[in-house]
Amino acid sequence: MNEQSKQELDESNDRRAFLKTGALVAGATVAPGVLLYGVAHSRAPEEGASGSKRWGMLIDTTKCGGGCNDCVTACNTENGLSGETGPQDSQWIRKLNIRDLRTDYVQSLPMLCQHCENPPCVDVCPTGASMKRADGIVLVDRHSCIGCRYCMMACPYKARSFVHEPLTDQNPEVPRGKGCVESCTFCVQRVDRDETPACVEACNANGHNAMIFGDLKDPASEISKALKATSSIEVRADLALNTGVRYQGI
Amino acid sequence: MAHELCTNQMECRTSQFVALLALGGVVVLGALYAFFTLEHHGHVLTGMNNQIVWGLPHVFAVLLIVAASGALNVASIGSVFGKQVYKSRAPLSGMLALALLAGGLAVLVLDLGRPDRLIVAMTHYNFNSIFAWNMIFYNGFFAIVGLYLITLMDRKLKGWSKPVGYVAFFWRLGLTTATGSIFGFIVARAGYNSALMAPMFVVMSFAYGLAVFMVVQASMYRWNGITLDEGVRRRMKNLLAIFVGGSLYFTVVFHLTNMYFAKQWEFERFILVDGGIYTKMFWVGQVLIGGVIPLILLFIPRSNDAKKMCFCFAAPLLVILGGFAQMYVTIIGGQAFPLTLFPGHEVNSNFFDGVIQSYSPTVYEWLLGMGGVGVTFLLTVIAVRAFKFMPQDDFHALKMRRSTD
Repeated sequence: MNEQSKQELDESNDRRAFLKTGALVAGATVAPGVLLYGVAHSRAPEEGASGSKRWGMLIDTTKCGGGCNDCVTACNTENGLSGETGPQDSQWIRKLNIRDLRTDYVQSLPMLCQHCENPPCVDVCPTGASMKRADGIVLVDRHSCIGCRYCMMACPYKARSFVHEPLTDQNPEVPRGKGCVESCTFCVQRVDRDETPACVEACNANGHNAMIFGDLKDPASEISKALKATSSIEVRADLALNTGVRYQGI
Repeated sequence: MAHELCTNQMECRTSQFVALLALGGVVVLGALYAFFTLEHHGHVLTGMNNQIVWGLPHVFAVLLIVAASGALNVASIGSVFGKQVYKSRAPLSGMLALALLAGGLAVLVLDLGRPDRLIVAMTHYNFNSIFAWNMIFYNGFFAIVGLYLITLMDRKLKGWSKPVGYVAFFWRLGLTTATGSIFGFIVARAGYNSALMAPMFVVMSFAYGLAVFMVVQASMYRWNGITLDEGVRRRMKNLLAIFVGGSLYFTVVFHLTNMYFAKQWEFERFILVDGGIYTKMFWVGQVLIGGVIPLILLFIPRSNDAKKMCFCFAAPLLVILGGFAQMYVTIIGGQAFPLTLFPGHEVNSNFFDGVIQSYSPTVYEWLLGMGGVGVTFLLTVIAVRAFKFMPQDDFHALKMRRSTD
């Protein structure tokens, strides 16, 4: 090997070493991000909600315990609500006790935003702050809500609350604010991470299994199969709002 | 300058004018104090809550807004229907309409949870919302009635007063229809959800607006020591009686219709029989004080000597008080009655489901609501002082026309 070819070989080895190191460094830098991204986000934030899904919930009142408040507690913890139950306090989900006046049959069930297909709150909102995502989740845009409360007048389920006083110690994922209206979001921050709402998780974790959450448009989803196999109702079905939350056992 | 400002008054009483300004100013300052306090601490200081979401401020606001469109009727009767008596009252009518609307809107805006976002409400419109349409109607009302006033008061533009008057007339009908529909379109609640709301609000606006006009007119005449012509008085009192009768008619039809639907029985029993304050407000306030007594006062047979006593101040004042009661029953009573989620079931929860909700307005709500009246009062006092709003009747022309009208 002459002097010239030896020099070329050395240069080539240097280049390879440089590329190898560079690739390793780049890989080490990007990989965790890619990995974490893959774990944390099944859907990129800029992708937006998909109209190919419609999130819904089926609540089996026969499995819902009268004294149980697990779903309410989980909701309060997840969304940073105080849990106070005064007339001016926010409640995104509440337990209702109902008694049939003719038969005295008593039942208990959670009541929350029903995430209607035709939500009256969205229809009446003057600024469009009340809105429905493509995947059926009904939300309030906290940046354009003027606090007129017309949506609260219009909601047939009394599902909305008005923030009556300044808030502290908020959950950063669930921004809230004095003077705005708020309601159940189906824990949208969790749903966008492919998790179930906190109430459903708590209900299942405690062994009640009274709540099923899933994609109503996916025939293979647990909720679609359950709805196909069981009779269920919408509350205030007379209003033809096609609610995303349905009840069985009533 | 002061003398120039009071050309329409028989004598210029500056000190009394300043006293009136001070009175209105104090009331408006009270409202501003309430507004800034609520802005800082939130609505936690009010009696409103997650059950009664619209309270006393809304009662004042809607009453003023509805009366605003009604006050314009006097001008409309002059311009659209060509009645001379009302033509000379058209400028006062238009000005009152604007002052009432300004007062009502001030309350509505100051009560918002986020009044700082008013610009959002003015730039983002959801056209499915009747509330958004109302905002368009309110803004348009200011523009159209403002223009109408100019055509009424500027000799060169007088010819335009009829076409602009027509536009203003139809616009005000649209506005009150939209205001009534704010309640009519609420499908969720037993107290609303009726197509009757819109026409009922239109007829009530005729009564409330004319009543406000008559109270202001009577005050101005008395202030200046002028006696209203008996013929004019008779016309206006008969017109008010027709509107009050119309309001009572719609009230009867509204409740009769509800009573025909089994699902509405509970609500009707609540308002008409055992609703406590709401039942009292309905029968004593809306029906008796705002309807029956004014009708008696307006039509009570009088001897020739007593004919001068026409109750042209007392009767319309009672109509306004009755209007307040009606708005209270409609707005607060409609919310106090619980939502029916499960018919045939008794419902309870720690979120006040299934119970009649109680409501006690706090001083802040009274201050806010009265502030709206204060704004209307201030604008009216300044306007009648600065411009020629005092109705001037041409009695010779009236005599000529009386046989034809």
